[in-house]
Amino acid sequence: MKTRKRLVMTIYLLFLLVPIYWLLIMSFKSNQEILGGLTLWPENFTFDNYHVIFTDPSWYMGYVNSMSYVVLNMAISLTVALPAAYAFSRYRFLGDKHLFFWLLTNRMAPPAVFLLPFFQLYSSVGLFDTPLAVALAHCLFNVPLAVWILEGFMSGVPKEIDETAYIDGYSFPRFFLTLFIPMIRPGIGVTAFFCFMFSWVELLLARTLTATEAKPIAAVMTRTVSASGIDWGVLAAAGALTLIPGILVIYFVRNHVAKGFALGRV
Amino acid sequence: MEWMAWTLPTTLFFAGIGIILLGMTAWQFATPTLSRQGFLPIATTRGDRLFIGLLSSGWLHLLWLGFTDQVLWIISVVCVVWMLLLMKWG
Amino acid sequence: MQRTHNNRAWWLVLPVVIVVAFSAIIPMMTVVNYSVQDIFDPSTRFFVGTEWYREILRDERLHDSLIRQFIYSFAVLAIEIPLGIAVALSMPRKGAMVSLCMILLALPLLIPWNVVGTIWQIIGREDIGLYGWALGQLGIDYNYASNPADAWVTVLVMDVWHWTSLVALLCYSGLRAIPDVYYQAARIDRASPWAVFRYIQLPKLKSVLLIGIMLRFMDSFMIYTEPFVLTGGGPGTTTTFLSQTLTQMAIGQFDLGRAAAFSLIYFLIILLVSWLFYTAMTHQDSDDA
Repeated sequence: MKTRKRLVMTIYLLFLLVPIYWLLIMSFKSNQEILGGLTLWPENFTFDNYHVIFTDPSWYMGYVNSMSYVVLNMAISLTVALPAAYAFSRYRFLGDKHLFFWLLTNRMAPPAVFLLPFFQLYSSVGLFDTPLAVALAHCLFNVPLAVWILEGFMSGVPKEIDETAYIDGYSFPRFFLTLFIPMIRPGIGVTAFFCFMFSWVELLLARTLTATEAKPIAAVMTRTVSASGIDWGVLAAAGALTLIPGILVIYFVRNHVAKGFALGRV
Repeated sequence: MEWMAWTLPTTLFFAGIGIILLGMTAWQFATPTLSRQGFLPIATTRGDRLFIGLLSSGWLHLLWLGFTDQVLWIISVVCVVWMLLLMKWG
Repeated sequence: MQRTHNNRAWWLVLPVVIVVAFSAIIPMMTVVNYSVQDIFDPSTRFFVGTEWYREILRDERLHDSLIRQFIYSFAVLAIEIPLGIAVALSMPRKGAMVSLCMILLALPLLIPWNVVGTIWQIIGREDIGLYGWALGQLGIDYNYASNPADAWVTVLVMDVWHWTSLVALLCYSGLRAIPDVYYQAARIDRASPWAVFRYIQLPKLKSVLLIGIMLRFMDSFMIYTEPFVLTGGGPGTTTTFLSQTLTQMAIGQFDLGRAAAFSLIYFLIILLVSWLFYTAMTHQDSDDA
């Protein structure tokens, strides 16, 4: 039993990691070696591919742009979702269930449906090709998710705590900011992780809502591919670099992720 | 607003939806709804029945457009009757 | 938890409603407006009524892509849900290995979707990719760029690689919520591992599984980037799914009216399915209570 479990886990993790390993070693190979034949370890270990990325602004600005709209989106999502999740976890109000479902449907709407109007909407308010446009567009699916996860965490905090605080003379904003938020810190971490994840990996909206100024790294990658044939080495290096922020973020929330994946109402 | 390309029929459609929502809110304040069991397999409130009615009407319109060449208002009338039935006994 | 009735809670929800409404309602209204007109640009447009809908609903190309989409989504669920449960059951229960396994499992979820496509584009190639090369060495004639069956398998394996972790992590968090008492009772009764799974673990997993199925269904139903990068929808149109057909129509051909009608039909499908799932989910909650 024990060994069989370990076997399943090991095989699955191998299945997961081999493609990533392949991407990593490819980023350290020259193009001749990549196309020349199969090697499990780079024969001529080279940083040339990374050198290209870190010296060419059209490459490294892609990362800066991506990070800026992801961070903006996390900030907006958390700011608006915190009070709303509190309301959903503590109160019943007119239309609460329908509102909750409406929020979730936006999480479920295919981004492709919104491409056209987003393009028009953000052009007409002058946000097109700015990180803010992408951040707002990503709110469409991140805010509902944030409300959903936070609501689950907040429901786990006993209501007596709120009541005691009010009796002690705390006003709502003071209670919320100084007592309640610190209590659900793990929940906020996990929510930030999910917002980061879905905003960081999305390409379709990010690509459509930007042109040159705010082009995300994902779009830089696809366009470079089509322009000058495929430079596999640089492509692999760019891909490998996109893994780093994700690994950092998950490292910070690793102890709370299990609870976060329970996604609230479980 | 020019880029939103409003037309008269769609304006009326959204105005209608808006009025229904406002009306439902007012109705809720006047006489609060109770969740109850009708001919639908699940217990529903008024708002639930409205949503089910709108969603099924949307689908009926699509099916009508997909499978017949008749004019549209026939199915619209059917849908209005269906929604009234649903609100009352659903 | 007993929640008190208080309509002033609306003030707390208002920011969310405004932000989401800006990104959802205004665009949705625009889509509806577009869908009844033939639009060249905002000032040159004609009212065409329901013509686009009739055309879209009878378009063979779209029927094909819709059928492909459903087959794909069900294949994804049929593979990922059982596999995810199996992986979750194989997770170590405690110790340092738990964190490590979780980080490794979550890794594919954090990779930008086009990079996922790129990774599989590389590793599936016969000349430079390990998997494609290995298959070639085994004497299997494999080429995802020209053989539709190979392309399908590659896209499916890629999705399994990408998303099974999500199901596994969901199930794992569900499993951890089972009190030890249950297992002790099972040990006293000398229950077989299968019985433990069937009568203790599976019932407890039901609600997490519903969420997992719902998320996986929705996301696979709107999949765009990964197959777009991997196969470009080809060979031919064999791996062109709904989102890609729609994007081609909207951005590629700039066929605004038709794309808008298509969007609304797409949205109605999603809305119906997610409402069914959601009702099943919340209904089950109230049964448990």
